[in-house]
Amino acid sequence: MAELDTSGGGHKKGPGVKKSKKLSTRVDLTPMVDLGFLLITFFVFTTTMSQSTAMNMNEPKDDPEQQMKVKQSGAMTILLGKGNQVYYYYGEIDPATISDQFKSTNFKNIRQLIVDKKKATPIGDLMYIIKSDSTSTFANSIDILDEMSISAVPPGHYAEVDISPTEKMLINETEKANSIK
Amino acid sequence: MPKVKIPRKSTTVDMTAMCDVAFLLLTFFILATKQKPPEVLAVTPPSSISSKAAPDKSILITFTQEGKVFLMLGDDTKKGDIIDNINSSKALGLSPQELAKLKKTEFIGLPFNKLKSALNLSQEIPPAKMDGIPVDSTNNELADWLRSVTNVYAGGDQKELEKILLVKGDSKALYPVFKRIKESFKKNDIFKFRIVTNGEDVPIGSEVYNEAKAEK
Repeated sequence: MAELDTSGGGHKKGPGVKKSKKLSTRVDLTPMVDLGFLLITFFVFTTTMSQSTAMNMNEPKDDPEQQMKVKQSGAMTILLGKGNQVYYYYGEIDPATISDQFKSTNFKNIRQLIVDKKKATPIGDLMYIIKSDSTSTFANSIDILDEMSISAVPPGHYAEVDISPTEKMLINETEKANSIK
Repeated sequence: MPKVKIPRKSTTVDMTAMCDVAFLLLTFFILATKQKPPEVLAVTPPSSISSKAAPDKSILITFTQEGKVFLMLGDDTKKGDIIDNINSSKALGLSPQELAKLKKTEFIGLPFNKLKSALNLSQEIPPAKMDGIPVDSTNNELADWLRSVTNVYAGGDQKELEKILLVKGDSKALYPVFKRIKESFKKNDIFKFRIVTNGEDVPIGSEVYNEAKAEK
């Protein structure tokens, strides 16, 4: 233990020799222990926090002969635009009712829309079509895929598709109207 | 009657043992934690609810905010094979010394035509000044790199390869860069890979959250 024998071997000192006061060498270790555990706690917390994870990505084979047919009633197209904006429409876009169909929203509200669509559609018909505009960011496209897993959309019921010129134009028009930069 | 004397005992406990344990644990944690390799490329990945940890030994494709693409071949023994393979398939004409130097570099971020001259420089080019690997539709060199990767991993290792192929991108990078990387994968018939993300908790009340709760 952290003690030293200071008694001087136990032999008697001669007369006239003053007995020196015995000083204990014992050190209070409590603050040191405190510090030790504090550091441990700190290291334990900091090391487990930043863990990067990996998300699986499955890409379909590009095969023009095996295009999947999607029921209009079950399809929801989600378009990603500039400034974290999300646009969506159900079914197929129809030039007559374009302004009613094409709606804009954001990442906060899209979750509820995805869930609503999922509940309103028989699972066999359900299909989310994700299209990213060239001005959207990488984070947007990952976020929307993450939204799919958050809303527990089964794999195979959502797919990324290239954006069409009409949709690109619609996004541009809406962005201009809402002055999104 | 004589009083029974209760010997007074000191309440101080010997802390030495406790102190020893505390510092032993401290030393253990400090030594056992693996330091993150210094990030030469400043990239903030997006977040996802995926809870799978990213593998350590990986073939990592990183793209920065400006859209520059870098390739890291990991510290595997296959790294040398991949570099030898690309040297012969693309006829880069690198000398054995240049090859050895290339194998030592941590990541590759130069187009083929600049590779040889960069290896002969006395100083390494800092990553911020590298051009990145071209991924354009006309000149997709990343696809060539990936072809060499698949060549080296050919035969039985396909599943293994899918596990270690990682793509890490900056949140603010524009979508077309990511799309072109996906195309380079597809060109080599790789349809599965992983994306490095920051872990995030499942939002309370969401569908997955409820499903996980129901299972418990």
